[in-house]
Amino acid sequence: MDAKVFVYVAHKDGKADDSALELVTAAQSMFPGSNPVALVAGSGIDAVCQETAATYGEVWKFDQAALAYPNAELLRPLLVKVLPAGAMLLLPHNTFGLDLGPGLSVQRGVTYVPDVVGIDGLEGTTLKVVRQEFAGQVSAHVHCAVAKGAVITVRSGAFRPAPAGAVAGQVLDRSADTAGLSARRKFVELIQAEAGDIDITREDVLVSVGRGIGEKENIALVEDLAEAMGAAVSCSRPIVDAKWLDRPRQVGTSGKTVKPKVYLALGISGSFQHLGGIKGNPFLLAINKNPKAPIFQAATVGVVADLMELLPVLTEKIKKSR
Amino acid sequence: MEILVCVKRVPDAAENEIVVGAGGADIKREDLVYSVNEWDNYAVEEAVQIVEREGGNVTIVSMGDSEAEEVVRREMAMGAAQGLLLTDAAFDGSDGLGIATILAAAARKGEYDLILTGALADDGAGQVGGMLAALLDWPYASVVNKIETKDGKSLRIGREIEGGTQEISDIETPCVLSIQTGINEPRYVGIRGIRKVASIEIPILDAGALGLDAAAVGAAGANVRRIDYFVPQLGASAEMLEGSIEELAGKLVDLLKAKGGIR
Ligand SMILES: Cc1cc2nc3c(=O)[nH]c(=O)nc-3n(C[C@H](O)[C@H](O)[C@H](O)COP(=O)(O)OP(=O)(O)OC[C@H]3O[C@@H](n4cnc5c(N)ncnc54)[C@H](O)[C@@H]3O)c2cc1C
Ligand SMILES: Nc1ncnc2c1ncn2[C@@H]1O[C@H](COP(=O)(O)O)[C@@H](O)[C@H]1O
Repeated sequence: MDAKVFVYVAHKDGKADDSALELVTAAQSMFPGSNPVALVAGSGIDAVCQETAATYGEVWKFDQAALAYPNAELLRPLLVKVLPAGAMLLLPHNTFGLDLGPGLSVQRGVTYVPDVVGIDGLEGTTLKVVRQEFAGQVSAHVHCAVAKGAVITVRSGAFRPAPAGAVAGQVLDRSADTAGLSARRKFVELIQAEAGDIDITREDVLVSVGRGIGEKENIALVEDLAEAMGAAVSCSRPIVDAKWLDRPRQVGTSGKTVKPKVYLALGISGSFQHLGGIKGNPFLLAINKNPKAPIFQAATVGVVADLMELLPVLTEKIKKSR
Repeated sequence: MEILVCVKRVPDAAENEIVVGAGGADIKREDLVYSVNEWDNYAVEEAVQIVEREGGNVTIVSMGDSEAEEVVRREMAMGAAQGLLLTDAAFDGSDGLGIATILAAAARKGEYDLILTGALADDGAGQVGGMLAALLDWPYASVVNKIETKDGKSLRIGREIEGGTQEISDIETPCVLSIQTGINEPRYVGIRGIRKVASIEIPILDAGALGLDAAAVGAAGANVRRIDYFVPQLGASAEMLEGSIEELAGKLVDLLKAKGGIR
C-alpha cells in the first residue's frame, strides 16, 4: 500500500528526542519506500525543526505558545485535525506515547498498534509486527489491519537510529492549524525527582536488587554483599514501590540512568523499562531462579540460582578472598 | 464520588515461568498462578482511599470468563460496595479497542465521576484506559501517581514521567486516569475481608445486556490479532555458569575480581 507516514518528534530543551532518529528507521521498515513526515509541535521550535529537517524530507511545524508544554490532551485534537485520512502515525512507546496514542487512534477511527519491537512486513493492508507479552517472557506475532490508517508506538532501542544529516528537508509552517485548541486537562508544573543520600549515576559497581529478593528483611543480604564488594546498592521499581529502598536508588526509565562498569542484577526479571536505565554496556551479571527470565538476554554472564542460597555463600567467599 | 475501577485477571509473571504451548497458539495455562494485574490493585486502593475521604462508592468491573469473578471479589474486599462481571463468548479475542468498547458500555450504565484503570497489563499495551476515555469523550491522563480532589469539578493529578519527574495537571471530571504503581500502599486483604463481601451478588452482563453488537467486539471486530506466541531466537545471550552453589560462588568471585567488581 502507498502509505502516508508521519512521525511525532518529541523534544526537550530545544533538542529532538533520540526516538526521532529511531522512528525513521522503524517507519521505513514498516512501510518500505515511504518518506515519513516529521511533526514538531511546541513553542519557539525553529532549532528543533532545523535539526529534524536533517533527517526528514518534510517537517511540519506547529508553533504556538499554548503548546509550550507537550500536553497530550491538547495535541490530540490538533493531530486529529491535521493528519490526512489513512495516515500512519508513529510515536515513541514512553509515557508521552501512552498518554497520546490510544485515545488518538479511537478519535481518528484507526488501528492502535502498541509497543512494537520488530517487523515482519506489510502484506496488502496487513501490518505484521512483533510484540512482547508477560513482562518480556514471550514474544508474539501480531497482525494489524491498517487499511484506514494506524497509530503505532515503537519501543525505544528496538530500531537502529537513522543517520542524522543525511537529508536536507524542508520545514512547512502549519502553525495556523493550532488556532482554537483547548483541553480539559491543564498543565501546572513539573516537580523534579529528589536527590538521594548516594548518587547511583556516579557509581562504577552497582549491586541491584529486584522483587526476587522476596521480603524486606532480605535486603540486608544484598547490603552485606555490596559492602563486601565495596559497591553501592540500587534496585528495580517494585522495591521502591514497596518502600524497601528509597526512590533515588531506582534504575530505569522512570528512575535513574546509570553507567557502571559492573552491574549485578539480583532477582530482576529484565523489563525494558529497567534495562532502559542501564547505559554504557557494563559487565552485566544476572542471578535469577527462572532460566527464561528476559534479563539473561541482556546479561553478559548469567547464573540460575536461588538468591537465598547463593547470596550468603558469595558474600562469605568475597570477604575471605580479601 | 462514584468511581469505577477496571481490573483484569492475569497470570502472575513474577511467580510463573511462562511457557509457549504446542504450535504457539497459546501459553501453557494449566499450572499458572493467576491474580489481579499488579497496577489494578493500586487503582482499587486509590479509589477506596478517595471514597473513604470524600464519600461515595467504588465499583469494580472486569471483562473476562467466570473465573474473573474471584478477582472482582478480592478487589471488592478492599472496600468496594459493588462489582460487575462482563462475560460473553462473543468477547473472546477482543483487541484493546474491543475491551475498551465493552468497558465503555458498562460505564455508560452507571453515573461515574471517575474511572480508574491500571497503567499496563500482561500484554504490555497500556491502551485500554486511553481508549475508554476517548470512547466516552472524557479527558484522560496516564501513569498517574497522585490524585488530589480539588473542588467538585476537577482533580489535581501527578503523572510520573521519565526520570521520575512528576508532571502536575488539573483535569476536569468526569475523567479516566490510568494508575502507576507506587501511588499508595495497597491494603492487605485477609480471609475475613473476603468473607464480608461473599454474599454480595456480582451481576454478570453479556453483550445483549450491555447493548453491544456482538460483531463489533471479540475476534470478529478485532483489527489487531495475535497469530502466535514464540520464544525469540537470540544471537548473543548470556554465558551461563553451571555448578553447585559453592562452585558458582567461586566462579563469581573470580569473575568479579577480573572485571573490577570487587574494590
Ligand atoms: C511507565 C513505566 C515505567 C517504569 N519504570 C521502571 C523503572 O524505572 N525501573 C524498573 O525497574 N521498572 C520500571 N517499571 C516496571 C517494570 O515494567 C517492571 O514491572 C519491573 O521492572 C519489574 O521489576 P523486577 O524485575 O524487580 O520484578 P519482577 O518482574 O517481578 O521479577 C522478579 C524476578 O525475580 C526472580 N526471582 C524470584 N525469586 C527469586 C529467588 N529466590 N532467587 C532468584 N531469583 C528470584 C523471578 O524469576 C523474576 O525474574 C516501569 C513500568 C511502567 C509502566
Ligand atoms: N479484561 C479487562 N477487564 C477490565 N479491565 C481491563 C481489562 N483489560 C484491561 N483492563 C484495564 O486496562 C488497563 C490497562 O491494560 P492494557 O491496556 O491491556 O495494558 C488494566 O490495568 C485494566 O485496568
